[in-house]
Amino acid sequence: MLRAASNPTGLEAFLMSGRTVVMDAADVHRALVRIAHEVVERNKGTDGLVVVGIHTRGVPLAGRLAAKLTEIEGRPVPAGAVDVAMYRDDIGMRPPHATHDTHLPFDLAGTVVVLVDDVLYTGRTVRAALDALTDFGRPRAIQLAVLVDRGHRELPLRADYVGKNLPTAADQAVRVQLQETDGSDAVAIESAPRKAVASR
Amino acid sequence: MNTKHLLSAADLTAGEITRVLDTAAHLAKVTDRAIKKVPTLRGRTVCNLFFEDSTRTRISFELAAKRLSADVINFSAKGSSVSKGESLKDTAITLEAMGVDAIVIRHGASGAPWRLAEWVRAVVVNAGDGTHEHPTQALLDLYTMRQRFPSFEGLRVAIVGDVLHSRVARSNVLALTTMGAEVTLVAPPTLLPARVESWGVAVSYDLDAVLPKQDVVMMLRVQLERQRAGFFPSMREYARLYGLDARRLDAMADHAIVMHPGPMNRGVEIAADVADSLERSVIADQVANGISVRMALLYLLLGGPEVRQ
Repeated sequence: MLRAASNPTGLEAFLMSGRTVVMDAADVHRALVRIAHEVVERNKGTDGLVVVGIHTRGVPLAGRLAAKLTEIEGRPVPAGAVDVAMYRDDIGMRPPHATHDTHLPFDLAGTVVVLVDDVLYTGRTVRAALDALTDFGRPRAIQLAVLVDRGHRELPLRADYVGKNLPTAADQAVRVQLQETDGSDAVAIESAPRKAVASR
Repeated sequence: MNTKHLLSAADLTAGEITRVLDTAAHLAKVTDRAIKKVPTLRGRTVCNLFFEDSTRTRISFELAAKRLSADVINFSAKGSSVSKGESLKDTAITLEAMGVDAIVIRHGASGAPWRLAEWVRAVVVNAGDGTHEHPTQALLDLYTMRQRFPSFEGLRVAIVGDVLHSRVARSNVLALTTMGAEVTLVAPPTLLPARVESWGVAVSYDLDAVLPKQDVVMMLRVQLERQRAGFFPSMREYARLYGLDARRLDAMADHAIVMHPGPMNRGVEIAADVADSLERSVIADQVANGISVRMALLYLLLGGPEVRQ
């Protein structure tokens, strides 16, 4: 995609190797700190705020964001996790997704939920998460925070807080690694496996 | 899941059994919610095709399907065209024509689910066939054991009673040995199947000798008809030799649990105070876990792409 040229060094490196690191650990940290400050600014504090991560990698990100918010405002902001496997719109179209526990250790009614995921792509996972949350109560508002927005939306959704806008081609993959799940923090773009083999 | 249907506990690998149990643990949480329902199987139809009486299995499958938002049809042989002489095959063709996605079948004839699976495109789940298999009972039993014990590897499980006629015992032996448990069958010689030594499990006629070494003691229902058919001399003698009473409960290890697939004959294979023992008996847990395990199975079998041709 031509739009990838907005990151020329990234594009060059990508063409060479098939894998480009676009955020390192420090970038991920800075993005989360900025998002935390944006959340506080927009909500004029953290009153009634809860952070809910979408399994798998949204959950550790939500934990970190809640900790950052707690640190900034000096009062605890609770974190939870939501599993969307049972709410997806592609059930019956592909092998069943692995399930996880939904853990919401608070009453959702009247809260402002900051919903967290690692990558915003088609928007279908977020759509499923909105349905899942609705089954637990009626929050006052739901805001969406993502580490990476890679475009290609298939539903009319947008993120309120974005760590990095990453224009991608549909056949590329965005790989988010986190300390908690993968041992280290990084975001990389990878070309489709077939392409990577062909380029060698 | 590599299997389209669930006909036998032997259809599942150790990895697949673990996936069913893990998924069931997640789905168990749905039952704790204010809204005990997820939209997962919306628009799918599950038919409970029961040619034999059943309370817990049918209700458990019905609740599981409903909590996943599937539509449920309950068919029981009584009051249906079966009582007018309609064959299993014609019943299957009728259900197929109505477009059901899954058929949960209980039938008095061993092997009936296999025949059914040849005739229909729907997913077939064996909910008990004759004296052959009852794989979902085995899965819920394993789930219940896993709540108490960290691993199946080396877990000592005694299955006690009418092994010969027990589909619960067969499916449990298959699933437990797949998972690496050490199974001992305990029964009078008349109630053990021929060639039981080929099952790869230990066999004993002496309950008192076996009990102290077990982590799990699973009591099987003994039917009055069996005594009439001469498999053992009297119910009293059976209870004295193979019944689990308070004295035998004391002989068990402190951590050991008591299971029973139900329905129980209190005072025959299990004494009432043993069945109701809060510390030892997990019989009520088995029933509750049945719903979660069946939800997991329906999700894993019906939640993938249709393999219809």
